[in-house]
Amino acid sequence: MASDRPGSNRLAAAAEPVVTELIELNAAEAAAKLRAREIDPGELFDAYRERAAADELNAFTWVAPARPEPGLVGPLGGIPLAVKDLFCTEGVPSQSGSRILEGYRPPYTATVVSALRRAGAPLLGKTNQDEFAMGSSNENSGFGPVFNPWDRSRVPGGSSGGSAAAVAGGLAPWAIGTDTGGSIRQPAALCGIVGVKPTYGACSRYGMIAFASSLDQAGPLARDVTDAALLLSHMVGHDQLDSTSVAFPGRIELPTAQDLKGIRLGVPEDLVAGTDGETGIEPGVRESFEATLRLAEGLGATVSPCRLPHAPHALSAYYLIAPAEASANLARFDGVRYGLRVAGDADLETMYSRTRAAGFGPEVKRRIMLGTYALSSGYYDAYYGAAQKVRTKIADDFRAAFTEFDFIVTPTSPWTAFELGAKTADPLAMYLNDFCTVPMSLAGIPAVSMPSGLSGGLPVGFQLAGPAFSESRLLDTAYALEQAIGFDGRAARA
Amino acid sequence: MLDRAQVLHVARLARLELDDDDVERMTAELSHVLDHVDRIRELDLDGVEPTSHAVDLAGVMRPDEPVPCLSREAALAQAPEPVDGGFGVPSPGPSGE
Amino acid sequence: MTDVTEYEPVIGLEIHVQLKTRTKMFCGCDLSFGDPPNTHTCPVCLGLPGALPVVNARAVDFAIMIGLALESEITPRSIFHRKNYFYPDSPKGYQISQYDVPICRGGRLGDVRIHRVHLEEDAAKLVHVGESGRIHGSDRSVVDFNRCGTPLVEIVSEPDLHSPQQAHEWLTLLRVTLRQLGVSDVNMDEGSLRCDANVSVRPAGGTELGTKTELKNMNSFRFLERGVHAEITRQTDLLRSGQPVVQETLHFDPGSGRLTSLRSKEEAHDYRYFPEPDLVPLLVTDAMLSAARDDVPELPAARADRFEAAFGLHPDRARDLAFRADQADYYEQALAAAADGRALAVEIANWIPHLVERIGSDADPAASRVTPEALAGLAAMVAAREVSRDAAREVLTTLVADGGDPRAIVERDGLGALSGDDGDGLAAIVDAAIAADPDAAAKIRGGNMKAIGPLVGYVMRETKGRADGGEVTRLIRERLAQG
Ligand SMILES: [Mg+2]
Ligand SMILES: [Zn+2]
Repeated sequence: MASDRPGSNRLAAAAEPVVTELIELNAAEAAAKLRAREIDPGELFDAYRERAAADELNAFTWVAPARPEPGLVGPLGGIPLAVKDLFCTEGVPSQSGSRILEGYRPPYTATVVSALRRAGAPLLGKTNQDEFAMGSSNENSGFGPVFNPWDRSRVPGGSSGGSAAAVAGGLAPWAIGTDTGGSIRQPAALCGIVGVKPTYGACSRYGMIAFASSLDQAGPLARDVTDAALLLSHMVGHDQLDSTSVAFPGRIELPTAQDLKGIRLGVPEDLVAGTDGETGIEPGVRESFEATLRLAEGLGATVSPCRLPHAPHALSAYYLIAPAEASANLARFDGVRYGLRVAGDADLETMYSRTRAAGFGPEVKRRIMLGTYALSSGYYDAYYGAAQKVRTKIADDFRAAFTEFDFIVTPTSPWTAFELGAKTADPLAMYLNDFCTVPMSLAGIPAVSMPSGLSGGLPVGFQLAGPAFSESRLLDTAYALEQAIGFDGRAARA
Repeated sequence: MLDRAQVLHVARLARLELDDDDVERMTAELSHVLDHVDRIRELDLDGVEPTSHAVDLAGVMRPDEPVPCLSREAALAQAPEPVDGGFGVPSPGPSGE
Repeated sequence: MTDVTEYEPVIGLEIHVQLKTRTKMFCGCDLSFGDPPNTHTCPVCLGLPGALPVVNARAVDFAIMIGLALESEITPRSIFHRKNYFYPDSPKGYQISQYDVPICRGGRLGDVRIHRVHLEEDAAKLVHVGESGRIHGSDRSVVDFNRCGTPLVEIVSEPDLHSPQQAHEWLTLLRVTLRQLGVSDVNMDEGSLRCDANVSVRPAGGTELGTKTELKNMNSFRFLERGVHAEITRQTDLLRSGQPVVQETLHFDPGSGRLTSLRSKEEAHDYRYFPEPDLVPLLVTDAMLSAARDDVPELPAARADRFEAAFGLHPDRARDLAFRADQADYYEQALAAAADGRALAVEIANWIPHLVERIGSDADPAASRVTPEALAGLAAMVAAREVSRDAAREVLTTLVADGGDPRAIVERDGLGALSGDDGDGLAAIVDAAIAADPDAAAKIRGGNMKAIGPLVGYVMRETKGRADGGEVTRLIRERLAQG
């Protein structure tokens, strides 16, 4: 075995082909080999650690300086894990992509990260993200943009852009991110990997630096559906430190389905119809979407149009609710207990206002302003209150749709990865990225994004959404489709 | 639509210092976004119950049992101005709340 | 022109009560008082990024008990909101509180209606340190988060109080009620009971409310009374001179007796309340309600009524006893120890203040050396005229110092009552008193009974208080009638 050989330059020199082999293993395969002692966990960790340390995508904000202590056990056997910056990790920078938290090292670890460590997934590094998870391109990071491994002039999506790019680029076998309005699914789509937004409450939010509390959910980003299911199976579970967490009914099973017989897929015309207008779906994305629907039919599924009449208003409701909650969640960044402080010798209000002005980026400020306004005296009913009612209508729409359909399917993003800077001038244009992903967030239901093919050499994402806690069935369906699609992501890891 | 005075008022509530350029840009951008979100006013929402949580949970509580606290060193480790075992701040005027 | 309109004050109180749970409202930090700063904190109560609140079940139980004691309607499903404001004592930039759906609504205590009762969390403590901080030339304060997150119940009364004295008395009733419930230390000095007052005045007999001001955080009963009084005077003077009262928050400085405005108008607060998304609705189940009902003891007002009705105590005595649970408990134990408690109820009650006077008003009589049996025995001896009142006081002093049995002390110290059959020589002392003051004797014979005082005094001095005053009076009159 390689571990017999002494010398610290082993990985750099002699073991190059071994490294390539190691990183080409999917996590589930690697876990099996680790259990069979066919590969060494330290070697596997180092293979990824070296790649992450040499990161040219700016996907990582911190990389583990050394292998974890030996003796790590658990079903995941030592497969390294990339973790979105906003998960608190004790003693390790946890900055949520913000300069206001630059260098912040929390005294505790997020429940989900602890659970995965116990299951045998040690921390490989922290991944770049849009500041406080506000963004769809990762251009809002306080630590620089992330580049899409398929084309480095393009964005990886966001806000979990670092996690998605790291997995797609082979800098990590898998990663966790968070999804508030599409922040796992959309970057997964743009980077050609699988991303899951679980049912709200399935994964503990304790230790996740909050963006919008009623929407934030942790989830896996992985190379394939099996890896995503394996990772998710160790993330779910009730946490008494999170009042909104729920015991997951049953277990997340690893997917096995070979066909889709009897599966009824609904295509919401309210989201998918028409290629024109501001939310228009790119032709290449539509083609890939339609082709995937034909594949699904070929596997035995029925595909028919369905209605989600209020879904087109989801984006509006989302851009009131999320900023409103964020405006309160981000009030704690005040230069008193941790993080940046500016003008400490001025009066209190000046210290607050300058600290926050200096520490937050433009998008975060925009959303704080929007959310503060939506909650302010005289506007609450018209904005925040109304948005919460729209949320009820959207959840009702899904409930009705699920009486006739097993799953709702849409393109994940209307577009493939766009050029850096292409949408930064117009905040609203950027928000429209989330048109197909926010309805599920507002309803709290699970959704998966999986690659359905390439358009112009760039990955296209296919989204499947199901009723609350239908993750296992959802992933099973995605798995059957995945086998039929046969997407090849190796180009991005080269 | 938002005007400059409203932007300044909201910025004050949010404790965000904005310079003149910021105020101008923010006024335009927020107005643009609000134009879009204003569409929800077209919906008839009379009698609709608001949803503040997607999960149907209630009555979640913990027993009144102590858990270990942070050490004072850990609590103050990231403080910009640790003073006498506490967090130093510019003195505020009387009473905030 | 002088405005001679009579104005009447209208006062409502907002009381914050720290609950006596073991841990904080939303985290497992244990409560503390007087510990070194920032030694009772965790990610939740420090407002660290990523931390989440979880409701303390016991705090909810206490709030239900308070609601029941105040005859409130208990809300089966209430909601926590975020109240947003920036201040260094608020680590999250918002306080978790209740807003439009509080846990208790309505109710009454005594003759004052309750508006609502809600649960919330306490703020941190801010200590002003002047310029001694790291940064020179700038005024510094230091934040201590030990108190931050302590469970609070906020009780809001209706504006049913009409004088500072009435406010004082009602707050006293509320305090003893909460103390009886065992849900709080209700100590104003330590801040476990804090009171704000809403004050307005209106023409006497009017029904409309005038513009109110809010007096913040009066930290003693005396300051409450003085502050409210000062504010009523200020508002009345304003109206009499034709000036309007401005709605504002005021701070009473007990040193100068002055009221100062805390906030300028343009800084009007906008708390942007919205439902706390980190918490789910609070449920009060039937099981929780009935458990809380079982935990609510007899409350002071009801106890005072019972003492009055069942034992014939004077209303003031009944109230004094009932408002001090420890004294009332001791009293009832003494009654139970007496052979005929009913008959001795008033006598025993009369002896409690003497005991309190000797042990200190803050001390619990049950912790003294005087057992309830001993006090009951002493009262029985007094009632049976086996010992005079003066001598009994002396016995009580001995009991407080050394404990023991009152009858044994009386015998040991020879304090038994002197009787007029002259086995004790009392008749001879009465005769000596008459002989020593013939003027008084003549006046009494002439029908002026006021003159008997000096003769009784003489006898009491001579007997060192062992004689019974009534018996002495009887003997004097008897001797003079004979002679
Ligand atoms: Mg309050
Ligand atoms: Zn705590």
